[in-house]
Amino acid sequence: MVSVCFYFQVHQPVRLRTDYNFFCIGKDHNYEDSKSNREIIRKVADKCYIPANRTMLKLIRKHKGRFRISYSISGICLEQLELHAPEVIESFQELVSTGCVELLGETYCHSLAFNFSHREFREQVEAHREKIRKLFRVKPSVFRNTELIYSNDLAVEVEKMGFKAVLAEGANQILGWHSPNYLYQPAPCYKLNLLLRNYRLSDDLAFRFSDRNWDQWPLNAAKYAGWIHKVAGNGEVVNLFMDYETFGEHQWADTGIFEFLQELPGRMILTHPDFRFQTPSEVISSCQPVAKMDVPYFISWADVERDLTAWMGNSLQDSALQMAYSLETPVKKSGNTELLHTWRKLLTSDHFYYMCTKWFSDGDVHKYFNPYSSPYDAYVTYINVLNDIKETLKRLEVLN
Amino acid sequence: MFGWEFPPYISGGLGTACFGLTRHMSEQGMKILFVLPHIKGKTVQNSTLELLAGNKLDLSEAKIRKIVRNKTLKFFLVDSPLRPYMTDSSYLSKMEAIRSINDQITEITRKIKTVNTVLDLSGDYGRDLVGEVTRYAQVGNYLGATEDFDIIHAHDWMTFPAGVEAKRISGKKLIIHIHATEFDRCGENGNRQIIDVERYGMDNADRIIAVSHRTKKIIVEKYGQDPDKVTVIHNAVLKETKLEHVRLRKGFNEKIVLFLGRVTMQKGPDYFVEAANLVLKNMQNVRFVMAGTGDMLPRMIERIAELRIQEHFHFTGFLRGVELESMFSMSDLYVMPSVSEPFGITPFEAMLYGVPVIISRQSGISEVLSHVITVDFWDIEKLASGIINVLSHPELSETLVEMGHHDLEKISWHHAARKVIELYKEILS
Repeated sequence: MVSVCFYFQVHQPVRLRTDYNFFCIGKDHNYEDSKSNREIIRKVADKCYIPANRTMLKLIRKHKGRFRISYSISGICLEQLELHAPEVIESFQELVSTGCVELLGETYCHSLAFNFSHREFREQVEAHREKIRKLFRVKPSVFRNTELIYSNDLAVEVEKMGFKAVLAEGANQILGWHSPNYLYQPAPCYKLNLLLRNYRLSDDLAFRFSDRNWDQWPLNAAKYAGWIHKVAGNGEVVNLFMDYETFGEHQWADTGIFEFLQELPGRMILTHPDFRFQTPSEVISSCQPVAKMDVPYFISWADVERDLTAWMGNSLQDSALQMAYSLETPVKKSGNTELLHTWRKLLTSDHFYYMCTKWFSDGDVHKYFNPYSSPYDAYVTYINVLNDIKETLKRLEVLN
Repeated sequence: MFGWEFPPYISGGLGTACFGLTRHMSEQGMKILFVLPHIKGKTVQNSTLELLAGNKLDLSEAKIRKIVRNKTLKFFLVDSPLRPYMTDSSYLSKMEAIRSINDQITEITRKIKTVNTVLDLSGDYGRDLVGEVTRYAQVGNYLGATEDFDIIHAHDWMTFPAGVEAKRISGKKLIIHIHATEFDRCGENGNRQIIDVERYGMDNADRIIAVSHRTKKIIVEKYGQDPDKVTVIHNAVLKETKLEHVRLRKGFNEKIVLFLGRVTMQKGPDYFVEAANLVLKNMQNVRFVMAGTGDMLPRMIERIAELRIQEHFHFTGFLRGVELESMFSMSDLYVMPSVSEPFGITPFEAMLYGVPVIISRQSGISEVLSHVITVDFWDIEKLASGIINVLSHPELSETLVEMGHHDLEKISWHHAARKVIELYKEILS
């Protein structure tokens, strides 16, 4: 049997006020653009989350439990949904209650914490677990780090925290001649399992589905199911990982993405007896790792490079990240939970994504819901906010 | 008088200078028609000035609609996206054509008889700078034929074709006023065509006014003008505007060192950044602010990030109105590290807010201020130690402010205006 494993990322950052300027430092502690955050979460809820959840629920019922999927929903996205689109939370609860939907663990604020502070990383993962437990009454046992950022060290840390599996990009630079369509084990681990994203098949939906210049356009469910069926005999699991916004937001409804989705499960499992849908936890209980996978450096699912250069590496990003994490100790020392939460939201990877200056191949993706007209504006605004937090910390006498 | 900008729609010191000069000239009995390319099509409200809108100028009926009336000073606004400090490469690439600007002007002014619609400078020529300059020249031609005046006075290169046209049609004398040359704005890598227009203006002028001896030297050496044709009249400052100032509460305790101006090669923002970095190695209770925008801004932001001094160095973008005033009044030191500054009016403004100033030796204003710290723009170590000295010795700061006020008392637009009027009389006699 070959398992088809769907995982959808659900995340929206809390965007900053683009007019937070020098004169605000030390006086104005209101950083968030609540109006546009509300508008964006409403828009995405209406165009994607609500219709996509409805479709998923219909499919689960139609296939009587044989259609199975997983989600990772960031903590700050859940917060925004609770505030502005509570019906989306309810529909996720309904999905989880079918027993066919698994929720994964991640960092609460969709942060790069693992790369800068293991303490902060553990605290955010814990906070996310707690949020999921409260809203959905389940405990995630499979982990996926922000933007599928992964390395051996991450695997070790995640194993220590009690997770059974971790997700990563099936990047060429780590796979070599290996196939992403098997279960692996991180090189330094003995219990933890590693699921690798099949980026070709995933991106056929996420990026290419509506691309009229693509030689496979238009893509229908039968054709796509056919590609997946080719894995039969030379793979055990096909990991299709993508942003949930693929449905209705990256690929608009008029591209036919919802009709495609409705038809896909039937084409996939009813026409081929060797295929089934499984969630990540089910995959690891039915498959054995075929090999150890050594990933000594960081990889991610972003851009063509599949590395970290979307969020760090240019001087703007590096100085912003360094300053942000330098405030961890005083923020935590202050014991001020509200300030801690405010600071945490500034760790969201999107803030650094907006400061990216490599516009050549992935500029369009970086512009998506980007509130700034340039990476320089993004940087100046972000640094102004951090400088204000610094002033607050000085007043609280936890920073000189 | 042909200008480019006028308060409140200004991006630099030229508008401020024209405002101060014309105001005092009209107080001394001059009647001035001030022509302006104007972007917003709005009325500039000012009780002492008279404004005319060029975009309301109907050439077919030769009718001028006055927006604000006043006995002595008339303003003429021409609807145009023309901006004095344009360095946009898309414009510059089109500057090729400006070499033949004289021919163009002649050609277009010949067409004028068939063009009978409202003069809309943002119309046909769109955002083409050459077209704008040329159409502005057309306004000069029209006014030369219809208005009654004794002398033509044009401020900086984009108005020169207009001034020359007005002279050609009317036969009246032309004075051109140099507030900055292409050599100041771009060093030796200036735009050839702009330099050609500048030289064309100078060659056709009866007299040239330079805002400093430094500028006169450039006019003589780089543009080959006769020194006797060039008169130096220093700029001044409108004192009554800012004497009433409140010190705004800062959100932090550190002292503020301010750079305020266009973030371009001419203004030396990179030297300010490097000096700031040196200062921060020695003292921490200071913040640097770069206020303004320009083509070098991205590089400056990257440099701050690279040096990791983002906790002490801030960017505000372009400031105006209350924010501009707040910025000056919050500051403890103003630095103008210009690489080449014909005059540089902002140190005056800083001084009016009681802010001590450090200016580069390569600025015209250093010719008239005796109680300021001057450094060579490239000497970042000296600049840094100057900054440290002023910030760490309150008595030095106080002395600079106090003595600076004595300097300011001697400098007024009243004198500058009188000198200009004397020059007019000399030419006309």
